[in-house]
Amino acid sequence: MAARIGIFAVVVAVFLSIPAFSSAQDLQIVNAERRIDLSSHIVKDFLTLKVENIGISPAAEMLLAFSPTQIKNLAMVQALAITGKKKKKTYLPLDVKPAEQPDAPNDTGYYRVTFVSPLGPGETVSLEVLYILTNSLEPFPVEITQSESQLVYYHDSAVILSPYHVKQQTTFVKTPSTRVESFTSIEPANRAGKEIKYGPYENRASYSYAPVIIHFENNSPFAVVEELVREIEISHWGSLQITEHYRLTHGGARHKGVFSRVDYQSKRSVSGASSFNALLAVLPPRVNSVYYRDDIGNISTSHLRTGFRKSELEFEPRYPLFGGWRATFIIGYRVPLEDYLFEASDGRRYLNFTFGCPLVETIVNKLTIKVVLPEGSKDPYAILPFTVNQDLQVKYSYLDIVGRTVVVLQKDNVVPTHNVPFQVYYTFKPIYMLAEPFMLVSAFFFVFVASLAYVHIDLNIARK
Amino acid sequence: MGGKSEPAKSESMATTTTSPDLINSSFFSFKSLKLKTKQQELLLRIAILGLVYILAFIARLFSVLRYESMIHEFDPYFNYRTTLFLTEKGFYEFWNWFDSESWYPLGRIIGGTLYPGLMVTAALIYWALRFLRFFVHIREVCVLTAPFFASNTTLVAYFFGKEIWDTGAGLVAAVLIAICPGYISRSVAGSYDNEAVAIFALLLTFYLFVKAVNTGSLAWALGSAFGYFYMVSAWGGYVFIINLVPLYVLVLLITGRYSMRLYIAYNCMYILGMLLAMQIRFVGFQHVQSGEHMGAMGVFLLMQVFYFLDWVKYQLNDTKLFQTFLRITVTSAILVGGIALGVGTASGYISPWTGRFYSLLDPTYAKDHIPIIASVSEHQPTAWSSFMFDYHILLFLFPAGLYFCFKRLSDATIFIVMYGLTSLYFAGVMVRLILVATPAVCLISAIAVSATVKNLTSLLRTKQKVSQTGSTKGAGSSKASSKVTLDQSQPFQKNGAIALLVGVFYLLSRYAIHCTWVTSEAYSSPSIVLAARGAHGNRILFDDYREAYYWLRQNTPTDAKIMSWWDYGYQITAMGNRTVIVDNNTWNNTHIATVGRAMSSNEDEAYEIMRSLDVNYVLVVFGGVTGYSSDDINKFLWMVRIGGGVFPVIKEPDYLVNGEFRVDKGASPKMLNCLMYKLCYYRFGELTTEYGKPPGYDRARGGEIGNKDIKLEHLEEAYTTSNWIVRIYRVKPPTNRL
Repeated sequence: MAARIGIFAVVVAVFLSIPAFSSAQDLQIVNAERRIDLSSHIVKDFLTLKVENIGISPAAEMLLAFSPTQIKNLAMVQALAITGKKKKKTYLPLDVKPAEQPDAPNDTGYYRVTFVSPLGPGETVSLEVLYILTNSLEPFPVEITQSESQLVYYHDSAVILSPYHVKQQTTFVKTPSTRVESFTSIEPANRAGKEIKYGPYENRASYSYAPVIIHFENNSPFAVVEELVREIEISHWGSLQITEHYRLTHGGARHKGVFSRVDYQSKRSVSGASSFNALLAVLPPRVNSVYYRDDIGNISTSHLRTGFRKSELEFEPRYPLFGGWRATFIIGYRVPLEDYLFEASDGRRYLNFTFGCPLVETIVNKLTIKVVLPEGSKDPYAILPFTVNQDLQVKYSYLDIVGRTVVVLQKDNVVPTHNVPFQVYYTFKPIYMLAEPFMLVSAFFFVFVASLAYVHIDLNIARK
Repeated sequence: MGGKSEPAKSESMATTTTSPDLINSSFFSFKSLKLKTKQQELLLRIAILGLVYILAFIARLFSVLRYESMIHEFDPYFNYRTTLFLTEKGFYEFWNWFDSESWYPLGRIIGGTLYPGLMVTAALIYWALRFLRFFVHIREVCVLTAPFFASNTTLVAYFFGKEIWDTGAGLVAAVLIAICPGYISRSVAGSYDNEAVAIFALLLTFYLFVKAVNTGSLAWALGSAFGYFYMVSAWGGYVFIINLVPLYVLVLLITGRYSMRLYIAYNCMYILGMLLAMQIRFVGFQHVQSGEHMGAMGVFLLMQVFYFLDWVKYQLNDTKLFQTFLRITVTSAILVGGIALGVGTASGYISPWTGRFYSLLDPTYAKDHIPIIASVSEHQPTAWSSFMFDYHILLFLFPAGLYFCFKRLSDATIFIVMYGLTSLYFAGVMVRLILVATPAVCLISAIAVSATVKNLTSLLRTKQKVSQTGSTKGAGSSKASSKVTLDQSQPFQKNGAIALLVGVFYLLSRYAIHCTWVTSEAYSSPSIVLAARGAHGNRILFDDYREAYYWLRQNTPTDAKIMSWWDYGYQITAMGNRTVIVDNNTWNNTHIATVGRAMSSNEDEAYEIMRSLDVNYVLVVFGGVTGYSSDDINKFLWMVRIGGGVFPVIKEPDYLVNGEFRVDKGASPKMLNCLMYKLCYYRFGELTTEYGKPPGYDRARGGEIGNKDIKLEHLEEAYTTSNWIVRIYRVKPPTNRL
């Protein structure tokens, strides 16, 4: 046993020591193209990189650098390696992990991308990186009236922040409309229609930074869910009950002054351009018993379309949401158990369900998923493709005695790309299913026995 | 349509109780399972009662099916809010609750100014269910409390009917009360109001008291005292009990029906009930200090005098001497009582009758003196049509029942007759008191139905038996009497009886249909959500109230103060979770008058008032777009009247033109420029509400408004709901003085 631990330790040590001999200067980026999509309030950056190893030892991984404000709002980073030419391109997903660098200049944050196979000296590899930023559009002016449209600032760098030398790079920024109030020009930079082009820039040293501010119109709905609690309750009697508590807000420029119903009703195109009053939730197929309510009752403005691949719930909050306005509501539904609960080969059961928020195009600042396992479940654990905070709780529901184990998964900054399946494994003996019916039956039995006894026992003190 | 079969069933029971032969023949094939007649009767009775119990519950669920599981109307929202507080914070916090969210800046001591019975009941049910591991939401408990207690009331009605007449009458009473619209109107699911449990408590107290009078048992009297305690804890209507019971005792004394049973029942019930009632903070020492409760005390003392006289009579054995003694004692007792009352009233120890009590005795009193009571729609005198609507055939059965009661006069029937007559008078004075009269009307009508049907069926049966066996066995008293008539052999007697029976069943089935229709159409609306029919027959919901309240809750500062007419106060605090200036607990007339004055002043004056009350938002209800008629413009004259009652600067004639209330061009200038008018019609002039009508056409009042160019100086529109029903304005901070 001790020997094994020793071997393990050696292996770990070897793995940990890899970064030590492929230092930052051994790689360089030959060509970089960045496309920033600012059309909604979720900022999507597509980065195409061509990386070359100019060192002498093979490099197993590379670093992506982000400015401190970006790292705070970074919801997700994905990287793909491209192999093959033109038509026969194949994409291989790469492992991306947040990384700590002790000597990071100006609190730069890092993500480490591990290549499929270590990059030999002189070799190049093409990568596609997608990263998503939330809360990165800053409304200016901060407060607008009903008739104004919403203008926002976007802060970024014209050149890519990278710990490596970048030989050639270009950045394209796509704005939602042609109305761009201003943008910082760093030559060569020009604007055509909805697109601003920065670059091409040649030979920028590592950690180059050229701050730019783009001020443009963005009237897309800034739907931000400040907090979402999804409770998934497993019943082995045949259904999953999902209850979702939303705290929604309009994250754009704050509404100021009058709300005029006349203007909102009659001049819809110019009045309240940045407000929204309809939302779309994509729910699983075969969904049933859907409800949409809030603390004070049912909300009657919703439509459900069920389909084979997905169901869509179109709903309106009680009132249109202007900048800074809030709405809380609850959506609940039920899906058949057999679509989501499976038995693993080792006899364990596992729930396979979608992470993230069912609302289309929304940011969730804080997402909590509670998987309520049936009473009597043991050894639960969750498997997710990204890191989340995990916790265990106990919940009491109908006819519970010892309580149900609840697996709590908590993650901040969730965007629609997080809607990927996750699994919760647990062990469960089917005999526990009979506990609750047995309790009810015995309660009835007891009532009848008691009434029987009452009829037959004479409680009179006086003799008849 | 379960209701239709119920009367029929109870009749079949009435048949079986007295004719075992019929049942035996139908049960022929189950000879091995054959039950004794008594067991059969018991089984049928329990089955009918069980069905009635369920029927009473489910008939009240129309509102949940039509709308949703929600709390209705105005007061229930306060009750719901307090129940929520009770379940979250516990009883002591609830008892000591000072609510700063209403009556700003005065606040309200909730624990000392409410009847806690309803909230405690709901909380107990909630805690019991949780203990049994049923994790229901408190809202569901509150919504279903009223139907649950209505079901219990049917049981009490059965026992009451049994006590005053027989089991048949009890069963019919249970069925009638289960679906009677007069009761359903206040006990549908969601109508979480004091009356929901109070009618149960009222009937229970009466039943136990009558039982105590009939048996002379201390136990029943004790039960009655506890029933009274529950009633006092639940509803202010307990004053009816504490006046009716002494009145009943007085009538028994006068009619020479004084007995030891009555003495025990009344004394135990009164003394214990009084002591228990004093535990309710809102009631306190009223039983010994308030004019409304003095009658009960007087009768209590009179009882002692009676007892004393009885004793003296027994001791004296001399009629002449006793007569003299009687005269002296009675005169001096009345004199002492009168002096005590006079001194008490003069010194202020005994408070005079309250306005509400006066308005019951004199229907015109409130209209002249207390506009705040007169302004409530449920305090209006009852129209004949609403009697018909709420009682249907019971209205005709009631006199028939009275006839039967007088025919078989006993302590119990005297009670029900007195209950019926007094409560019917009160029902005539105020619409809402139809509710109190309903149990009595149902019980008396049940006696009529039961007695009639019993007579008719025994008539039929006797004839059969005569033809079959030629002998009568086990003749009851009613049978004997019918046999006498039979011997006279009137022509077509049997056919006549059948026709009459069919007529009774027809009437009862009409009643069931009427009740179902009324329940589903009229009494199941939560009045928070308004429903209308669209042009294509589709159902349109106007959910504007909740839209506005939720907007307030989410998008205003948590310490914002909302000014609105008092009708909406409870709803704003419960659903909007914001502080209000006045609410439906109309305890401070001056405060309400201040709001009324603000609403009827011009904007500058109103702004001063609103500034002094720290108002941040003003909420008005406006039906001009949807044609919703119970809006603030239609209530406006009451605001003027109530405001003018305290502040004479507000004069009603200023808002009228030739005694007519108008909003169009012909309206008075004061009307066109008052705050309420401005807030309701702000920018309404730009809106076309109906095709072919000019812009600014008010659909609720059917006219084009008179002031289309409204400018607001100190307020701005903060929110208007999608159908314009609720409009909220923000009060601007004062501009800087230079």
